[in-house]
Amino acid sequence: MAQAMSATGATAPRTATAKRPKASSVIMRVLFYALVVIIILYTLIPFYWAVRSSFTPSGDLFRTPVQYLPTNPTLEHYKAVFGTGLFRRALVNSAIVAISVTVLSLIVGAFASYALGRFRFRGRTPVLYLVLSMTMFPQIAVLGSLFQLVNSLRLFNKLPALVLTYMIFTLPFTVWTLTNFFRAMPGELEEAAYVDGATPFQTFYKVLLPLAGPGMVTTGLLAFISAWNEFLFALSFTQTPDKRTVNLAIFYFSGSSGNAFEIPWGQIMAATVIVTVPIVVLVLVFQRRIIAGLTAGAVKG
Amino acid sequence: MSQPIAETQRATATEVSNQRRPGATQRQQQTRLAWLLLLPTLAIVVFVALYPLAQTIYQSFTDARLASGVAPKFIGLQNYSDLVRDLDFRRSILVTLQFTLLTVVFEFLLGLGIALVINSAFKGRGVVRTAMLVPWAIPTVVSAQMWKWMYSDQYGVINDFLGRIGLIDQPIAFIAQPNTSLAAIAAVDIWKTTPFVALLLLAGLQVIPGEVYEAARIDGANAFQQFLRITMPLLRPAILVTLIFRTLDSLRVFDVFYVMFGARQDTQTMAIYNQQNIVSFSDLGYGSAISVAIFLIIGIFVVAYVTFLKVEEA
Repeated sequence: MAQAMSATGATAPRTATAKRPKASSVIMRVLFYALVVIIILYTLIPFYWAVRSSFTPSGDLFRTPVQYLPTNPTLEHYKAVFGTGLFRRALVNSAIVAISVTVLSLIVGAFASYALGRFRFRGRTPVLYLVLSMTMFPQIAVLGSLFQLVNSLRLFNKLPALVLTYMIFTLPFTVWTLTNFFRAMPGELEEAAYVDGATPFQTFYKVLLPLAGPGMVTTGLLAFISAWNEFLFALSFTQTPDKRTVNLAIFYFSGSSGNAFEIPWGQIMAATVIVTVPIVVLVLVFQRRIIAGLTAGAVKG
Repeated sequence: MSQPIAETQRATATEVSNQRRPGATQRQQQTRLAWLLLLPTLAIVVFVALYPLAQTIYQSFTDARLASGVAPKFIGLQNYSDLVRDLDFRRSILVTLQFTLLTVVFEFLLGLGIALVINSAFKGRGVVRTAMLVPWAIPTVVSAQMWKWMYSDQYGVINDFLGRIGLIDQPIAFIAQPNTSLAAIAAVDIWKTTPFVALLLLAGLQVIPGEVYEAARIDGANAFQQFLRITMPLLRPAILVTLIFRTLDSLRVFDVFYVMFGARQDTQTMAIYNQQNIVSFSDLGYGSAISVAIFLIIGIFVVAYVTFLKVEEA
């Protein structure tokens, strides 16, 4: 990062500095980059603190004055977190739930989006409105009824309960985003496929679906992240520690230290770092896609 | 399954050469296929959202208990008349509204500022944009725990830092003290969500064509005038969408409060109060009435925003 900053010092930002005398333009540039640095620090310092705490021995963690840099880093918290087995279990649970929800939403959602994006038929607009309003649906409003649904299907304290109920927020979002992708495709492709004698179904999975690939990746990522981050349903529809998702595991850490007066902050921070790493990697790899997916809805309204 | 598709294919293929005859049947077949494709999605939406919503409304007029096996009795508006007098619920509405106002205002102002900074071309812009995605992507539960540790009155880095630069003499129990707890929790949400707001507004800024600014500059408009007369009006749709999303999210806030305060009574949000009544007290009838109330409160905000949007457009 230091490299990037020094490299940028050479080129002036394009903010109407052309006519100004040199001294004030330098000041402007310095102020501008000071602002950029403040934004980055504000964004990243809490992460630095979590990482720093996760590598700090318990002895140093609970001592004042606080040390801002870890002097003798340790892996004790990571060993403790992975040692219990429950956290590993929670990671697996979260992965199972988030991946299942994502795959199901993409499959079911792709069919619906194909219809909404490429077909003209009566009832299309009401369905689109239904989907849009569902993306703003407050999940808390159906908590009790979903609890009963989960109970009557005998899914309480089972992972499929989460897969089923998470569809309430992943599916409408998936359909809405994918519909925009399908709609943006040129119509000539389909016509060419039809002329060549392809059925609508063949047109769908041989011509349009491959084109929708980038859209599927974007949408799938966002669905995965929202499922991975969910807390309310996981808290309400599971009971035993072996069914917890990572968020629940991290939440319940507070009470499970044995010593009620000493919260195991080192372990909690190690756990938060472990949970955050896969998400950060996904974000770094797919950042352009994610930004495009996030903002597509906003710009189009 | 294969039969109707084969027919559709023939109809579609012939449409190109023979335009008059197949119009009606082809339209019918397209419609049939479209509904077939929509069926799984609609079934799931009905199953996990619309039917449960109807059930919630119905149960709000009963004394239903969770998993009790006893048949619920119809008790009319009893739950609602209790709800109107329920001071805890009233307090939870107040807490939620305060939180919503704090977070939406600060996230919007900070997010707009950050979006304007990032919108100017500079090297390292990609780095900033990537850094900003990170708080948005991590679970709220995780960010709440991270901040809870930083807020700690004994060993927390925030108290330590404020003490070192001489702003405070005594450590502050940010979360425990009633006069700081709401601001402390809002700060967590603001930290996590401002980047998201900035990205949405940035997308809005980037579709404003540069020529507009060019023309304004030639006409002698200064940067501030350009911001007021060009940026703000053209950014309005993006601003409204962002505000709607953020307001709805804040009104149903659950995770960050639950992790930081547990079910502490003076800081319950509407969603936490509702979850407590349903899951902890198994009071499904009363909880359903709360659900309906929350649904209506959120609905009022949606209608208000949409009306505002329409008025603006007219």
